[in-house]
Amino acid sequence: MSMLAYHGTAMLGRQLLRLRNNPGLLILTQTMPISMLLFFGYVFGSALAVPGEAYRSFLVPGLLVATASGGIMAGMFQAAQDTHRGVTNRFRTLPMSRAAVPLGQAAADLVATAVGTVPFLLVGLAVGWRVEGSALEAVGALALLMLFRFACTWAGIYLGLLTRNEEAAGQLGGATFLLPLLSSAYIPADGLPGWLRTVAEWNPISAVATALRDLFGNAPVPDGAAWPVAHPVAGSVVWCAVLLGVFVPLAVRQYAHGER
Amino acid sequence: MTSTYAVLSEGLEKRFGEVRALRGLDLAVPEGSVCGILGPNGAGKTTAVRLLTTLLRPDAGSARVAGHDLVREAAAVRERISVTGQGTSIDEDLTGRQNLRLFGRLHRVRGPAGRTAELLDRFGLTEAADRPASTWSGGMRRRLDLAASLVRRPDVLFLDEPTTGLDPVSRTLIWDVVRGLTAEGTTVLLTTQYLEEADQLADDIALVDRGRVTHTGSPAQLKSLVGAHAEVVVPDTDTLARAAAVLDRLTGAQPSFDHERNAVGAVSKDPTLTIPLLVRALDTAGVPLLDVSLRPPTLDDVFLRLTETTPPETTGATGTTDEKERAA
Repeated sequence: MSMLAYHGTAMLGRQLLRLRNNPGLLILTQTMPISMLLFFGYVFGSALAVPGEAYRSFLVPGLLVATASGGIMAGMFQAAQDTHRGVTNRFRTLPMSRAAVPLGQAAADLVATAVGTVPFLLVGLAVGWRVEGSALEAVGALALLMLFRFACTWAGIYLGLLTRNEEAAGQLGGATFLLPLLSSAYIPADGLPGWLRTVAEWNPISAVATALRDLFGNAPVPDGAAWPVAHPVAGSVVWCAVLLGVFVPLAVRQYAHGER
Repeated sequence: MTSTYAVLSEGLEKRFGEVRALRGLDLAVPEGSVCGILGPNGAGKTTAVRLLTTLLRPDAGSARVAGHDLVREAAAVRERISVTGQGTSIDEDLTGRQNLRLFGRLHRVRGPAGRTAELLDRFGLTEAADRPASTWSGGMRRRLDLAASLVRRPDVLFLDEPTTGLDPVSRTLIWDVVRGLTAEGTTVLLTTQYLEEADQLADDIALVDRGRVTHTGSPAQLKSLVGAHAEVVVPDTDTLARAAAVLDRLTGAQPSFDHERNAVGAVSKDPTLTIPLLVRALDTAGVPLLDVSLRPPTLDDVFLRLTETTPPETTGATGTTDEKERAA
């Protein structure tokens, strides 16, 4: 276990060095959610029945979660790139725990996400979003966000090790952009027609987004929703546990087995 | 199994779907020696390296590497080996120095900074050390790749075509490093397509064809199995057959024709064949000559000669060699 921690830390250091060598990348990944906040918040917000400021308060937690689901894309791309470049195979021949490489990658992604969330929240504050609940609940909301990001990254790492190809991972990763559209990240799900509403409410993004809105005190839990949304905090934790329970073993196994 | 072999494999088999990449690979590499695995593309060289470095699991057969069972003690094997595969396997987004320090840390090397500086110097990379490897030339990246395999001294170093496509300077440097390693007791197993490389470095060569070792021996032993490549050019088609008959008798090998140039050639089975012998014999037979040449065997010659007894399709392959030679 201590060797896993040692090698995991070394791999974390590697990923942080990559960020330090190329800080533009971190900034670039954050321009997308910020511009979406401004476009959605002001362009769409002006056309909605609710006042713009209320929609922007609703949107900030939603975009946080939508961006966190981008961990699938980030994890997939990085794992596929490493495999494609042959680095993964070199790691495989090194005497270290089979979990160290994916763990280090997921941990580094978490650090980058934590840093990247700060400017987004500042812009959120500038456009009228506020923490309306207690500080403890707000901390809980951020912790939940990070847990969800961590789970998404593991799913991405597994898919990236599976595809092995940067370009394919890029294409497939682009499709993950659609996931938040089928959730309550950008719009309330209770306005959706029957089956679409069911799909959206069983989307993990909806549970986490609802939990964040609840904990930040931005919007109440919708009535008559499916269980994960009706009990958003518990629902989010269960969703993350399920994702981690499935994808951590799959990713570690895929890493260990390689191309055999 | 004795421990005096750094690599000892018996009947290793690997199949990818319908393709049988390895069909019973037997290797015995004594500790501290350099073994060259020689063979054409698709012979199974890379698959062999991937199996022996724990990247792939064998379908059948067994092997011990650095004294440990390849499958059951894979972790122990990894403690003792290093691999530089085909192409590069470094993190191109890190600088050269960052790469070596990372691999130093992963290998739990004491004082990775000092070892890193030493290796950068040894491989002529100090000047570029703090630029991202993505901005480096291919040759520099390959050198870094080998340096990364040496952050701690491995018991067995695997090199998969380490110099393919490299400039002569990088090639010579890598050869020097390999020679230095064996002096320190490291066993080296390298695959190559170049006879010259095997000749320069290897104590023993294992000739691999279609997933099997077909011949083993020192470079000199292998070369003595194959004589020089003789070629005779005559003025007209009529004398070509007579020249071929002489060549057939002297070389003991089936001559191959190049009708466009009125040339006939053969890889001699007799290593003592010389130009005077050849000219005298042709003269005695009254064959008019435009040109006679005798050159050392190429990898193609050695390979085709040594494999022609095993598979039945050699005649077609000989034709291909002739075409290649004409183009060259």
